[in-house]
Amino acid sequence: MPETSLTKKMVRCSINGVSVEVPEGTTILEAAKALGIYIPALCYHPKISITGACRVCLVEVDGAAVVSCATPVEEGMTVITNSPYVEELRKDIIDLILSDHPYDCMVCQKAGDCELQELAYLYQIRYPKFQGKKRMYKKRDGNPFIEREMEKCIQCGRCVKICDEVQGVGAIDFAYKGFDLKVCPPFEHDLDCEFCGQCVMVCPTGALVGKDWIARGRQMNIKKVDTVCPYCGCGCNITLHVRNNEVVRVTSSPDTFNEGYLCVKGRFGYKFINHPDRLKSPLIKRNGRFVEVSWDEALDYVAERFKEIKERYGPDALAGLSSARCTVEDNYLFQKFFRAAIGTNNIDHCARY
Amino acid sequence: MADDQISIRVCLGTSGKASGGEKVLTLFKMHIERLHLDARVGTRCSVKKVGCRGLCSRDVLVDVIINGEHTTYQNVTPSMVERIVKEHLLEGNPVDEWTVKEDYAEFTSRQYKIVLGPCGVIDPENIDDYLKMNGYRALKKALTRMTPEDVIEEVKRSGLRGRGGSGFLTGLKWEICRAQKEKTRYIICNVGEVNRALAEGNPHAIIEGLIIGGYAIGASQGYIFIRERYHLSVERLRNAIAQAQERGFLGENIFGSGFNFNIEFSFGTEAFICGEETALMETIEGKRAMPRLRPPYPAEKGLWGKPTIINNAETFSNIPIIIGKGAVWFSSIGTEHSKGTKVFTLSGKVRNNGLVEVPMGISFRTIVYGIGGGIEEDRRLKAIQVGGPSGGLIPESMIDMGLDYENLLKVGSIIGSGGMVVFDETDCIVSVARFFLEFLQRESCGKCVPCRLGTTRMLELLTKITEGRGSMKDIEALERLSAIMSTASLCGLGRTAPNPVITSLTHFREEYLAHIKEKRCPAGVCKALITYTILEDLCKGCGVCLRRCPAGAITGERKMPHSINQALCVKCGVCFEACKFKAIKKE
Repeated sequence: MPETSLTKKMVRCSINGVSVEVPEGTTILEAAKALGIYIPALCYHPKISITGACRVCLVEVDGAAVVSCATPVEEGMTVITNSPYVEELRKDIIDLILSDHPYDCMVCQKAGDCELQELAYLYQIRYPKFQGKKRMYKKRDGNPFIEREMEKCIQCGRCVKICDEVQGVGAIDFAYKGFDLKVCPPFEHDLDCEFCGQCVMVCPTGALVGKDWIARGRQMNIKKVDTVCPYCGCGCNITLHVRNNEVVRVTSSPDTFNEGYLCVKGRFGYKFINHPDRLKSPLIKRNGRFVEVSWDEALDYVAERFKEIKERYGPDALAGLSSARCTVEDNYLFQKFFRAAIGTNNIDHCARY
Repeated sequence: MADDQISIRVCLGTSGKASGGEKVLTLFKMHIERLHLDARVGTRCSVKKVGCRGLCSRDVLVDVIINGEHTTYQNVTPSMVERIVKEHLLEGNPVDEWTVKEDYAEFTSRQYKIVLGPCGVIDPENIDDYLKMNGYRALKKALTRMTPEDVIEEVKRSGLRGRGGSGFLTGLKWEICRAQKEKTRYIICNVGEVNRALAEGNPHAIIEGLIIGGYAIGASQGYIFIRERYHLSVERLRNAIAQAQERGFLGENIFGSGFNFNIEFSFGTEAFICGEETALMETIEGKRAMPRLRPPYPAEKGLWGKPTIINNAETFSNIPIIIGKGAVWFSSIGTEHSKGTKVFTLSGKVRNNGLVEVPMGISFRTIVYGIGGGIEEDRRLKAIQVGGPSGGLIPESMIDMGLDYENLLKVGSIIGSGGMVVFDETDCIVSVARFFLEFLQRESCGKCVPCRLGTTRMLELLTKITEGRGSMKDIEALERLSAIMSTASLCGLGRTAPNPVITSLTHFREEYLAHIKEKRCPAGVCKALITYTILEDLCKGCGVCLRRCPAGAITGERKMPHSINQALCVKCGVCFEACKFKAIKKE
């Protein structure tokens, strides 16, 4: 007997003929995932509470269609995820979503990375059989980081929930109702939040993308490089999207210790890398002007001046201010250097301000 | 009441007020005082306001009761009061020309008024009137002589089912809630459109039912959810709560039983979705009115995550009756699985429009031809829409069917909000379905895809058909959309939204086909499919149509036959109505 059975009751069900035992309370969708059975879902996201709004994850249980994201597994349940009945229903629901979606995948930033496009591809929906009016919005959001193309929004509510439940900000919510339902900041003002971009991360379509990503390269022609965010001691794992040797986007994978979450700096603050004003070598002021010098020259100059000052005014005339962008080891060495080599306790850190 | 020998009751529901009831009431008081009627007739004379008794098109209705003898006046205006007082009250001769006629008796005699009974009899703003009718006796009985389990058992035995929505057994729902481990529980009363007459006519019954419900499930906090716009209902309920508190029926230690109960108001805006119980709870919590997923059901996890019971005001109004008169008495009314009575708003093409209460199992024929007084101008009945916008259309061929939960479900309808709209041969069924879908599309909360986009696409298809642009493919699409919505929608409102389309396609398919294949609207309603032409041999050239036409589409010399420019015609039908010589043809 597995140890979990002592703490949590296990239930057994069959999914597509495969038997599986899961802890009580597990949803059909999660149980299927554990078996490696794919059930498409657009509003479901593992990081947020269950919404149950898109109805794409329908499966057949005892002849009836139920939403797998919200239905817990029950003992002896027989689930079929791919019967013609649910496949037809699912296809028509995707069809309905596409009937109110702009057909501009050819210019969409999200193409190749879009959950809706993927479903249209899987179900081979070239033209939706249901046709009718589509939402059109004139006003564009003037915020500096996030492009919000609400025509492409499928009203799944992932962004609303991640902003509220994970980030705890609640910058956006639904406004209006029915067909006109729209995710927006209060009074449809421009988005004015902390721009962490968690909403962009979870958006299944191209409704939310980084403003700086547009026309800079899509998923198929970028190289991904895993690295650590240089901004602070959190050291979030990030993935640089590189095209033509230029960073065009930063993401983070959900299986990192930071679970894919980033802050505004990590997610959107990468443009300094190729910025012409970026400092690449040390500068020394000579005759009132900064002059580029080599590292050796700069370090020699600093060491010499430190010695002079220490001799003349004593070690407490010097102080060290370290940076959050350095690693723990860097900061350790820095304070050691100031205490042991210089001989002062005047050490501080930018994160204290 | 019996102790007054002359009693005058003036209807002061919303409709009565709107028809000038307050002035009528004041004038009655004034004239009686001025004539010193009490002294002259030698008996006490009382004038009071009462709630709605259903037939709002005849407001202001005034009852005059002299020594137990009832006379009812209809359409009373302030100018009529003086004559009624003089001739009837003083001289004892009723003013026959103003009294109600046989159809009023027809309207009332076939009804079975249990919950609506006291409406129109008691003064809704006076708790003593309610107490005289055994008010709060049931509460006392429940609290002092019954355990909560006894109350639930009694309600279960009565067979009472929720008077709105899906008709779940009330007692069973209460039992599930009572069985929850969590001890903080809530009970909510939803006062919907059809419950307004109850709240205005007999608010104490709702409150008494709510307190008994709270006792039964173990809740000490009750909510009344009501639209802020129903001013009179709010005012009378608020007043009733204050009076009940004063008499110790609400608050701490009611009847010395140790049971505490308080009622709070929660105001909603005009939204159909608030009739969905989980969306209603979201509203009380201050969130958007969007339904939650179930399970968990509200009885397990509802308001603020606690076990919660939601019933509507009509259900609660039945509770004091069940506790007071007993489950056996109550379950003697109705059919095998549907007990008691149901209040409906009877409207549409029947002669008597109004609020009616009928025993379960009554036939639609009795409602339409008996209570409703038949169809206006004796036209043919076509269909009855039961259960509000998301109910279904019942064709004329089925009107001998008994009205209960099971039968309605069988024909694709619901009891729902208790709406009942009668359509006759001059109504186009496609337009009717379109009308209801237009409402449902506007009221969809938008949370789930099938309802949000399904209602939108359905409305577009129906509009297309009524405008003569439909094809047979559209029927297929409508049927497919209906199937998607009824199986895949998140809440009951989405699942029942295609009902008008499904039932109309089942029973009136030929009307759809006429619109699509023959480009013809059999009832002559769909503007795009009708043309008005002037018959030259009948036209006298009087010029009436020419002058009346709002679009300037009619031309012609005086005394010469006129003609209609079809490109300009807006098909309003003004010319058709105006022509005395029947020279305008509508096809």
